[in-house]
Amino acid sequence: MSEKKEQKPSISRRRFLTYSIASTAGFLASGVLYPMVRFAIDPLLQKGSDTKFVDVGPADEFGPQPKSVEFHIQRKDGWYKKPGGEKATAWVMKTGSDILALSPICKHLGCTVKWEGGGHKDHYYCPCHGGLYTKDGTNVPGTPPNAPLDMYETKVENGRLMLGAVKPRGGA
Amino acid sequence: MLKSMYEWLDKRIDITPMWRDVADHEVPEHVNPAHHFSAFIYCFGGLTFFIVVIQILSGMFLTMYYVPDIENAWKSVHYLQNEIAFGQIVRGMHHWGASVSIVMLFLHTLRVFFTGSYKHPREFNWVIGMLLFFVMLGLGFTGYLLPWDNKAYFATKVGIEIAASVPIIGDAAASFLQGGEVVGAQTLARFFALHVFFLPGILLALLGAHFFLIRKQGISGPL
Repeated sequence: MSEKKEQKPSISRRRFLTYSIASTAGFLASGVLYPMVRFAIDPLLQKGSDTKFVDVGPADEFGPQPKSVEFHIQRKDGWYKKPGGEKATAWVMKTGSDILALSPICKHLGCTVKWEGGGHKDHYYCPCHGGLYTKDGTNVPGTPPNAPLDMYETKVENGRLMLGAVKPRGGA
Repeated sequence: MLKSMYEWLDKRIDITPMWRDVADHEVPEHVNPAHHFSAFIYCFGGLTFFIVVIQILSGMFLTMYYVPDIENAWKSVHYLQNEIAFGQIVRGMHHWGASVSIVMLFLHTLRVFFTGSYKHPREFNWVIGMLLFFVMLGLGFTGYLLPWDNKAYFATKVGIEIAASVPIIGDAAASFLQGGEVVGAQTLARFFALHVFFLPGILLALLGAHFFLIRKQGISGPL
């Protein structure tokens, strides 16, 4: 006694074909799109370049008052390297025997701060949104920035001041 | 989940008729390679379109790194090809795809010609197809200059001289293409503009008309 029971297939022919076509199309599309997307997001996955120390002048020319020094960073920006390097600025002062070199980039939204700019005595001032920092770069509460100005790594070699990478000092 | 998302959308904006209108159409037996393998020649038009899609996509991605400036064009191409992940692949797709699209377009034209599909009532679509052919040649010509290497430079010089040899309007056409007194900064800038804005815009408009007509008139009958 043979049981001739129609076995219901667990997946219909139509559904099987739909899945097959969809996955083939998906495979082909991902083959086309993956290289392009990976190409586009490459900057996210690239490591930054190393920063070398740059000689900015004799160390004894700096006193307790912040003084701005301009120097040039050799950096390759994609295919472009600026002849002579990119211009950079630091505000340098002596605190006792230590040298403090501050980055002029405002911690609010990246404009450039200036010592005693806009007539703000004894402060760094950012003209974009009125951010203020004290002499050691600490942000003044109640003004837009929420972190102190970044510091350059410094070292003195043969009486010359060398500036290195920019180090953030955390938020407050 | 996908299904319920689709239904949520469909209930509100009724998308089913939209894609059914595009996707549901009769494929006559004589153009279906499953029935007669030789019907694969009817695939050339679709394949041309497929390559064009790849060209548009890869071209969009290439412009993320490319700059149309004589000082930096070659350097940016060199950079994107050698220092960016998959740069060689993406540029390769655009480079080889350019040739493949012309080949496919030509095969499609031959198929239309030898099956007599250009005849009444489809004359107008043949004309649009011819315009598409010239736009594609224009895309190939303008794109060839963009890497700004020796081959690109001299190919463009030759191309512009050929344009100048056209009776009456030749000189005007050559000046329009060259932009300045030499093949240089201004030529590169306008070739870039033509290659990424003007010609693709015209191409998409003509493709829309081409596809609209083929759906309106249907595929031509068997031989």
